[in-house]
Amino acid sequence: MTGQEKYNLRMGLLFISPWLCGFILTALYPLVSSLGLSFTDYSVLSKPVFVGTDNYRDLATDELFWQSLWNTFYFAAISIPLNLGLALALAIMLNLNLPGKKYFRTIYFLPSLVPMVCLAVLWQWMLNGRLGLINAMLRPITDVLSAVLEVSISPPNWLVDPAYAKLGLVLAGMWGVGNAVVIFMAGLQDVPRALYDAADLDGCNFWQKTRHVTLPIISPVIYFNGIMGLIGSFQVFAVPYVMTDGGEGPARSLLFAATYIFNKTFRSLSMGYACAISLILFLIILALTLVATKLTKRHIHYEGK
Amino acid sequence: MTSQTAQRVQKLCLYLLLVVGAIAFLAPFAWMVSTSLKPLEETMTMPPRWIPKEILWSNYPEAVAEMRYFWRYTANTLFLCFMTVTGTVLSSAIAAYGFSRIEWVGRDKVFLLVLATMMIPFPVVMVPMYTLFKLIGWTGTFKPLWVPSFLAAAFNVFLLRQFFLTLPKDISEAARIDGCSEWQIFWRVILPLAKPALIVVALFQFMATWNDFIGPLIYLSEQQDMTLALGLQAYESKGGGTNWNYLMAASTLIVLPVVGLFFISQRYFIEGIATTGGKG
Repeated sequence: MTGQEKYNLRMGLLFISPWLCGFILTALYPLVSSLGLSFTDYSVLSKPVFVGTDNYRDLATDELFWQSLWNTFYFAAISIPLNLGLALALAIMLNLNLPGKKYFRTIYFLPSLVPMVCLAVLWQWMLNGRLGLINAMLRPITDVLSAVLEVSISPPNWLVDPAYAKLGLVLAGMWGVGNAVVIFMAGLQDVPRALYDAADLDGCNFWQKTRHVTLPIISPVIYFNGIMGLIGSFQVFAVPYVMTDGGEGPARSLLFAATYIFNKTFRSLSMGYACAISLILFLIILALTLVATKLTKRHIHYEGK
Repeated sequence: MTSQTAQRVQKLCLYLLLVVGAIAFLAPFAWMVSTSLKPLEETMTMPPRWIPKEILWSNYPEAVAEMRYFWRYTANTLFLCFMTVTGTVLSSAIAAYGFSRIEWVGRDKVFLLVLATMMIPFPVVMVPMYTLFKLIGWTGTFKPLWVPSFLAAAFNVFLLRQFFLTLPKDISEAARIDGCSEWQIFWRVILPLAKPALIVVALFQFMATWNDFIGPLIYLSEQQDMTLALGLQAYESKGGGTNWNYLMAASTLIVLPVVGLFFISQRYFIEGIATTGGKG
């Protein structure tokens, strides 16, 4: 190593030292410590006691744990594709350069600024079975359907009905789709005009252009938004926590993995057990990310690579 | 001629779709403000009336009084916003400089670690972080909520590094020839040029702190120490969530500053979010 290289290395490390400290304190140490604690019985009030793999064995038969995982998967499986689809559709429509594009973009973006707690309180009210706006809109439709089909149909009791509680949450989440819309719009700006012109010459219609020009070019952005959605929906916590007043929802339908970790940590003070759950959650997110990366690799088109 | 008409019809349909969508996205806001101005009885009438018979502005001061510590919560939240914005902007800029403007062995490999840490979900590190802060006696204080922001969060380092990389190398070289130290180049040359990116990071951090729920929930214990987000949840929990007019008034008050901030800094916001996905 030359003197200059040594100097650069020293300066580089000096500059990144705030991040390095943060990495050790907020990532490396917690991960290692979490792994260690997951093999112990630990309540914060007393020293951890080593219990081997007991926590993991208990998890296998813990119904609440499986319920929380099921709820988390169910929520993610519905909300990720719906959010991606809506964001992409909105971005493509907004990108057509219709007059007032800027105002539309602002309107669609605004809800994503609303703090989680406010969003949760507002949507609890929106989804109120008797007095909420959503059902006030649905009621005329269900009334007509009831009359036509001659059976009694009424709008769902969203957050009080175990069959609809998670859908209510998905709906509330879709309101905050604006962030992804803005990211998609930025991606769409990078699609070369020439490709559309060429497609026009070939007589392609709007759908063909979307399918064969737009989507391939912005596939890295779709991948990015998808992974972000995955990470986000697997740690959903604040909104269901506020909506259920720290509870688990009707028939535990809003008990998510993060909720269960929180309850085990701060309600039953089973920190070792909570660490075991959190590591499994982490491994699931990691595995799904890798699978998604593998599966989409062939379909992702990187410009100039 | 016919294809032109078809195109016009298509455009009109799309436009209609966008307008309907926009109305749907605005409706919850309108519903929130409308409810916040109604007497309690009127929130329970069906079908709902958008414009209250009598507009009750007094719901706002009453909701503030009901929450008891509203202004304390505001002061706490602003304090935390100030500290975390200062900490994040400073520390992330320093770290990002080290990841972009100095060439050292293994830099780009270490940067992969930065990206990897963005993937760690908070619930996974929650227990060790909490026990660590408990051990050093910081739980129940504001410290766990702002001190870590001085340790350059990965996402902001990433954002600023992307910006620093776009600045030409020559400007650093010129400063070096003039005898500037690395710190002087950072402080006097690069930082002033990076103002737009720094504003983006500051805005994102302000929003994150203003909106944070789980952090205050686990670290703060005294009622008067709460932040606005936590205070709103505590207020709803205490009242059993039925006085919707007050709840909506309080929500409106907490949403309003964020929306205001967005409108005065829209350009930075949109560009900042666009960078997060576009160059990842």
